[in-house]
Parts: sequence; structure tokens; C-alpha cells
Amino acid sequence: MGLTFAQKVLGRAAGKVVEPGEIVFVEPDLVLTHDNSSAIIGKFESTLSGGKVKYPDRIAIVLDHVTPAATSKNAAGHARVRKFVKEQGISKFFDVGCGICHQVLPEQHLALPGTIVVGSDSHTCTYGAFNTFATGIDRTEAAGLWITGRTWLKVPETIEINLEGYFQRCVSAKDLILTIIGKLGSDGANYKAVEFHGSSIGGLLIHERMTIANMGIEMGAKIAVFPADRITHNFLFSEDFCKKALWGDADADFCQVHNFNLGDIVPVVARPHTVDNVCPVSELPETKVDQVFLGTCTNGRVEDLKSALDIMKGRKVAPSVRMLVGAASRDEFVKALQQGIIEEFVIAGAVILPPGCGPCLGAHQGVLAPGEVCLSTANRNFKGRMGEKDAFIYLGSPETAAATAVTGVITDPREV
Amino acid sequence: MAVHYYDQNDINTDLLFPGKYTYTCGTGPEIVEHLLEDLDPDFKSSVKPGDIIMAGSNFGCGSSREQPTLGLKYVGVTAIIAKSFARIFYRSSINQGLLLVQSPEAVEFYTPGDKVSVDPATGILKVADREFPFPPLPAEMLSILEAGGLLNWIRENNA
Ligand code: SF4
Repeated sequence: MGLTFAQKVLGRAAGKVVEPGEIVFVEPDLVLTHDNSSAIIGKFESTLSGGKVKYPDRIAIVLDHVTPAATSKNAAGHARVRKFVKEQGISKFFDVGCGICHQVLPEQHLALPGTIVVGSDSHTCTYGAFNTFATGIDRTEAAGLWITGRTWLKVPETIEINLEGYFQRCVSAKDLILTIIGKLGSDGANYKAVEFHGSSIGGLLIHERMTIANMGIEMGAKIAVFPADRITHNFLFSEDFCKKALWGDADADFCQVHNFNLGDIVPVVARPHTVDNVCPVSELPETKVDQVFLGTCTNGRVEDLKSALDIMKGRKVAPSVRMLVGAASRDEFVKALQQGIIEEFVIAGAVILPPGCGPCLGAHQGVLAPGEVCLSTANRNFKGRMGEKDAFIYLGSPETAAATAVTGVITDPREV
Repeated sequence: MAVHYYDQNDINTDLLFPGKYTYTCGTGPEIVEHLLEDLDPDFKSSVKPGDIIMAGSNFGCGSSREQPTLGLKYVGVTAIIAKSFARIFYRSSINQGLLLVQSPEAVEFYTPGDKVSVDPATGILKVADREFPFPPLPAEMLSILEAGGLLNWIRENNA
């Protein structure tokens, strides 16, 4: 019997063959924290007053969640983090404006194939796109890792998802992952690893893999992971970065197998207030929107912005709609600028946000009013997520976001 | 001791503690102000030390936000009983020293008004007169829980 990716990575860390259910102690290659580092510093200092972090090189901190600071309290938190990284000699620090952690880390070659990355952010699973064993932890555990460098992980069971075929026109990775979550349910992969296999993988580009892996947590997955292949090498520039890559064996003991044909996928949305409340856009009753948000760690890459613009075809944002556009990182923003994409969005009437999380978590830059409806390309539509519990969030692809922005009602991108 | 019963699945971290406060509220008293705000606005005024929370499946799904566990521990909730828990929330609760018991049978059996008690030492959950045994935690996690959370455990074991 072969081994799963999770068994191989955790087995290598533990120095033995491991079985699902077993608990192993590991020293992760990297511990990510973001704006919440400020709270983590408090926990660190109250536990180890005046002490030093164990492995400064294995800590990455990205300020992205409420950036630039919205309140003096946010600003004080950011200032505390800047002071701490200096004192502790943490060089992998990315200040306001660099972008969303889940975009910045891969760009900086800090989420590498076969390595273990934990982060105090649930969407740390995004790095599965790079064959990384990457999973979320909480603030307290991050503080513990700064002190000891080590934590425990339970070896998960693994679900195999096979992808075959090609997307139709106007359909993209977001529609696929929403369809998968709609089928498996928001706890369908709870505590489990998800490995993506099948003949379509070789045709899925990095930005598409990132969109898919990013949302693994929305079905409860511990990790959602792709193999390291030619596309991974190209993104990382060098095979050297792929030296630790591993992959699940075809005859591994998968606890479930699901098959999806990309050709069957149609534009879908997740309706309020859960991510698994998925239906085809074409079956939705007429739904007017007040805001469209294109961006986030799920769909804020230049390819996403470009696909959206292609749907808009020079049309203006509907007068009843506020369209917000944010690139996931400074690098992505620069690419979008150089390609003229940002200029076209501005001319179309969109509001451009700085690289960062923007209104995704409801703290600033576009929170909703009671009763308002938003079509967002983010990964979560929970009640209250965009700052107002009586608002309604629909999740969709960049293409659907664009079609919706120009018509003012949630629209199938094949119809515009 | 009262039971706060929420007959719904997928109670997520935004319902337990809205995301808009995550970078301005970190301490127990700050968190309590908004604890379960969008799920049960009366919770913060009615909760008492020793209370238990009971809910459906996938409790705590969503963000890696730890204010929910920190806040529930702070107000003295002794255990959460649910049909199942989301992974990060489960870890987070152990890290705060808050007991979680997964027992779909007990939640199904419960009728509002029933007395509920949990004993982590014996692994017995009691709803009205019925006992629902639950498997003990693995040794590693039990020692963190018994220390009152991860940071206490580190203080005791690494200092
Ligand atoms: S963009 Fe949204 S989901 Fe992504 S890291 Fe930021 S807040 Fe979290």
C-alpha cells in the first residue's frame, strides 16, 4: 500500500512511517502571522518575558489585514510588530503595502514544495498550490511556536479529488472549488487532507491552483494540495526550490475519492450565509447588488483582474453599484498597472484599493450597510463577515463579479 | 449551571466573534462585549461561570480567530458539547484549556431544560439521566488541557 502526501511529509518530519490518526511532533519550516502578531507578541512576552524567539529565520510576519491602519488602535498594533521584529532580528517582515500574506509568501519563495508551513490564519492552506503542507493554527499556538519552534500535528486521512477535462468559456477555478464545496459540504473534509489528482492538473496554472487550495478550509480541510510539477518550477524559477517535493502514491489509502469533470462546471455562486450554499448563477432569482468586490487572497491576482476586465469589454460599472478592486500584492498590482488593467478599471468606474485584505474581513475599506447585497470574489460569506450582520454576501468568480458589476444584478458571465 | 443551546450547524467564528473587532479586541473584558453578538445577543448578559454550550455540527468553522475560545474560557464556560467541531477551533480550545466534547448522540438526545454535566477525568457526559461516554483525549492534548492551556504548559515544561 502506498502513502499519502500527508503521510510522507509528516513521516519525514517524524523520522518514521506514520499512519492517519497518529500524533507527530514537528518543527515547521515557517510560522506565518499577520496583524494578529501584535496580540501574539503579548502572549509571547507574558510567557517568556525578555526572551528571544527560538528560530527568527522561521518566522514570517506580513501586515495585511487592516492596512493602512484604520484606527489608532490598529496603528499601535502595527507599531508594536515593527518594534518586535527589530528586537528579535526577524528579517522576513513585510510591512503595510506589500500585500496579502498568502500572496506575499509564495512570491518570496517562502512556501516551498514538501515543506511544513503553519500560520495563524485559516487560509494558510493556500500554499497547498505549491505542494506545501500548510495549515492554520491560532494565535496562542503561534506564540508557543515562536518560543519552542515545535508543535503537534495529527496525521490526517486523505480525500482524493480527481480532475478531468477542460473548463468551458467564462468558467474558472473559483466555480470549480465552489462546486466541490457545495457537493462535499462545509465540513465535508473536516480534519482531512485533500489531494488533487487527475489529467487536468497539468493544465491548471498557479493562480488557479491558489484559488482552489485557498478554499480548502471552507470544507474544513487541514491541507488542500497539488503536486509540484513544471508549472510549480516555472513559478519558483528554479527546481532547487522543489528539492523537498513529495506526492501521494496512486495506491495510497484514500478515505474518499471524488471525480469532477471541468467541462461540467458552470458559473456558480455561494449564497448567504454559508460557503456550501452553492447554486448555478443561471438558477438564481434576480438579485440586485449594491457592491462588487474583486480581490482577496482567493481572486486578487493579475489573471483574475484580467479575466474580469475581459468580461466587462469596456462597459461601465452600473450606476447602482460600487465596484471595489484590489490586487493581492504589490507585485500583482504592478503587473496590473503595467498591463493597463488598473487604468481600465478606473475608467470603468471602479474604486481601486491598496494591496491587502481590504473589506474582506469587514474592518474597513468597503463595509456594508444593513440590508445591502455584495457579490465578492472572497472565500467566506458568513453573516457579519463584511462588517454588518444584516447584509448579504454572495461569493463568485472574477468573471461573475465583472458581469454583475456592469448589469447591477448577479449575472452569468456567459450572458454579457 | 445553565446550558446555552443553539440548534444549528456550522456556527462559525464570525457568529462567535465578528471579524470587524479582531484587531481591536484581544483581552477577556474586551472580547466579552462582542461574544456571540450576531448569534445570541443576550449571551453576554446571561452567561455564568460553569455554563455549558451545546450545538450542532462543524462548530467553530471559519477563521483561525481565537477570541471565541478565549472569551468563552474567560466567562467561565466549562465545556462545549457539539455534534462535531471544526479543526482549528478544536486546536484552539485545547490551547486555551477549554474542554470540547464531540457527541452527536448527546446533542440529539438533549431537550431544553435537561441537566447536563461533563467529567473529563472519567470521560462521562450526562444529559438528564442518560450517560454518554466519550473517548479520552490523547495524552499530549490532555496534558495541555490540564495545564490550563498551551502557554501555561510551556511555562511549566520549557522554563
Ligand atoms: S484576503 Fe480575506 S481571507 Fe484572505 S487573508 Fe485577507 S482577510 Fe483572510
